[in-house]
Amino acid sequence: MTYVFQILLLVLLIMTAAGAIMVKDLISSVLILGFYSFLLALVWAWLGAVDVAFVEAVVGSGLATVFFLLTLFGTAPKDTHIRRVAAPPIALLGLPLLGLLLLYSAEDLPRLGDPESPASVHVSPGYLTGSLKETNTPNVVTSVLMDYRAFDTLIETAVIFTAGIACALLLRRKRQ
Amino acid sequence: MINAHDSAIVRAMTRLLIPLIQLFALYVLCFGQYGPGGGFVGGVMLGTSLILGILVFGPVSRACLVAKKVTHGDGIGLIIFAGVGGLCLIGGGEFLNYANLEIPWLDTSSRRYLGILLTQIGVAVDIAVTAISIVFSLSLIDDSEESHD
Repeated sequence: MTYVFQILLLVLLIMTAAGAIMVKDLISSVLILGFYSFLLALVWAWLGAVDVAFVEAVVGSGLATVFFLLTLFGTAPKDTHIRRVAAPPIALLGLPLLGLLLLYSAEDLPRLGDPESPASVHVSPGYLTGSLKETNTPNVVTSVLMDYRAFDTLIETAVIFTAGIACALLLRRKRQ
Repeated sequence: MINAHDSAIVRAMTRLLIPLIQLFALYVLCFGQYGPGGGFVGGVMLGTSLILGILVFGPVSRACLVAKKVTHGDGIGLIIFAGVGGLCLIGGGEFLNYANLEIPWLDTSSRRYLGILLTQIGVAVDIAVTAISIVFSLSLIDDSEESHD
């Protein structure tokens, strides 16, 4: 019976995703996208990925919305109103077929939480059993991100630093 | 082009919320090894608390002055992260292998615990400063010092 909430959540997720694309005004689109991110965070939490849900709630529906809104306020109103063109018939025919193909191939993916799936038999058992003993860290996500895979995190931090520098170089000019 | 908000309710609520957000951010940052969260989320929340201050109190407020001072620390977080890796090199091991941090009274697992904590602080500083810096870039607030030039 808890499936009622999950189905409701997924229906709302699809509705907000479609609404963010179909709405006329870009500011409404950004706000609906923030709501979509919040629903997506609930889906992550339902799947047990609490850390990802946390990041999605804070970054997706908080920080990214602020960035989008600041960008929109910096543009002229005529730029934020979109004109839509009708979809070509090949897209109307081809995209549902592509969706059917993806649904068909999704049958071969491992089930949710399958202990025999390739992702959970290679290195994951080593992390799960070794994290508390080797690093004193009960949260395996943190120890994988910061210790076992610290190189990836270092480069990600460098990427974010580069994004900040690139924004400053592109947008900050000397104003008279 | 961002102006201070006129509503007294919004200003009072923001004044109440900013310390709470910062407190929760520090909790998330320091307890990332025991619960969900960690350096990334903690850094974003620290940055977001100052961004909220900029958006509500405007460019000529104390929150904005603090944020301008904070942007001078761009890159410090990356230096902390890479510096911890460099200390591991000095200790005689591989880059970012925290077991080689030379702290004599700690055993291997405690050294790795300390390494995780220090690099998380580095990530948090980097993310917070970058978020504030991007907001300054997008909102076209001039964040140079007014005193010289």
